[in-house]
Amino acid sequence: MPSIPLLKFHHPESVFAWQDGKTISAQRFLTDVISLAERLPARAYVLNLCNDRYRFMVGFAAAMLRGQISLLPPSHTSDLVKRLAQHYADLYCLTDGAHRPGSLQTISYQNLSDVSLLQASMPEIPATQVAAIVFTSGSTGNPMPNEKTWGAISRSVTAEASRLGILNRGDLTLLGTVPPQHMYGFESTALIAMQGGVILHAAKPFFPADISALLNEIPGPRALVTTPVHLRALITSNTDLPELELIVCATAPLSRELALQAVERFGAPLQEIYGFTEAGQIASRDTASTDEWRTFDGLSLHQKGETTYVSGGHVVGELPLSDITELHSDTTFLLHGRTADLINIAGKRTSLANLNHHLNAIDGVLDGVFFMPNEKEGNTTRLAAFVVAPELDAREILKALRLRVDPVFLPRPIHKVDALPRNSTGKLPRTSLDKLLQQCKRGC
Amino acid sequence: MNTNTDIDKTGFEQELAQHIITALNLDIGLAEIDPLAPLYGDEGLGIDSIDVLEISLVLTKQYGVQLRSDDENNAIIFASLRNLGNHILQNRTK
Repeated sequence: MPSIPLLKFHHPESVFAWQDGKTISAQRFLTDVISLAERLPARAYVLNLCNDRYRFMVGFAAAMLRGQISLLPPSHTSDLVKRLAQHYADLYCLTDGAHRPGSLQTISYQNLSDVSLLQASMPEIPATQVAAIVFTSGSTGNPMPNEKTWGAISRSVTAEASRLGILNRGDLTLLGTVPPQHMYGFESTALIAMQGGVILHAAKPFFPADISALLNEIPGPRALVTTPVHLRALITSNTDLPELELIVCATAPLSRELALQAVERFGAPLQEIYGFTEAGQIASRDTASTDEWRTFDGLSLHQKGETTYVSGGHVVGELPLSDITELHSDTTFLLHGRTADLINIAGKRTSLANLNHHLNAIDGVLDGVFFMPNEKEGNTTRLAAFVVAPELDAREILKALRLRVDPVFLPRPIHKVDALPRNSTGKLPRTSLDKLLQQCKRGC
Repeated sequence: MNTNTDIDKTGFEQELAQHIITALNLDIGLAEIDPLAPLYGDEGLGIDSIDVLEISLVLTKQYGVQLRSDDENNAIIFASLRNLGNHILQNRTK
């Protein structure tokens, strides 16, 4: 059975990561992984909530050495963690912080820096071993699992590093503003360091001043892995950044205007990445100069009816894209927005069907629907909701939703109404909801 | 919700509350922001991390104040409009 080494390109003494202003060698990483693996409980599934990106990677790799599968759900609300625990009976949680789901056995990440360096040979992981299960939110409240083999994710991030021109760039540090627990951050900040031979930065800066300070601490070449939300924040706040070699952006569509501003202000090329949970990353574009996406090497697209499929490369079989696509060739294409049901706010994804399911599952809600107003440039657009619930006030509905859905999807505002404008077939046409929203704004 | 806390807010807190309402597109009146209620989490305004980023941009633009996530006082700063206001008054550069 073919296997793939845990780290590619990194020599034992080479820098693998930056953490709290210090470097960590590849050999130190291996030592930490092997030491932690010995301390993990004999379970099959782990929910890795480590905030620190380095500790997350050690946890992920240690779990793999033990044959354990890391679960990456779309959010960590208490309702979702409970559902996961029901389905994956021996799931446990590994954490380095205060967030401890009450429903799971929880292991604290221990500081392993006292363990003396091991002269271990590089572990090899079977390519067919399932390393992670990444979930999409699904439409019925139950997240949909997507198994990721070690071979598939290794090939995916190798293709990405190669496209970005950073494969085996052992002097380049990647600083990410996205968490490693979601697909984009998992691949583009964490796995890319293990399999693409670049340096991982352990921090997850949030405010513009954090991003600037951390980039300034990195002595060598640096790249920023981020989202449109953070790019806009950096530009709006007029933050100065040190010289960057590359900006990588994903999660939500980036406008040409914002891309041009970023390239001009930070003097670095920008590559936008496109992907989806089922396939991983599949294409990129230089957004400042073109709208056209180009698939990663080895991948190609074809259309059947109105659906576009991707196949080849790291993609197993053929997988449908959930976006409306215009093919220019089998490797170049335009995206024309998401299909109507999918919601993407600040890089977090869900579906209206899933949100509606949770809203209607609340005791006292007789009928309810989420609604995405037309997006405006500038501020992040928020969802609205119309709810028929004579016995509840908006605050109580919000409190119940908070247990079930990620905060970015909480409706703002909740409109309490007497009835929803359902048509004769029980459907809610968008035009009716638009009209209702206008009425509510005038006071309903 | 307490709808009559307006008399409790200082002039600066009213100005700050108006900036927050505008930046976050909140569908509430100025009077509905209680200067002592928590801004973050499931009580009070119930703002989330994306909102905090939006607010940080307003603070930088209007008052020259830069928030940092390693500031141990962040929980205190966002504990209420009054605390946020005091933090700005102590750190503003414009």
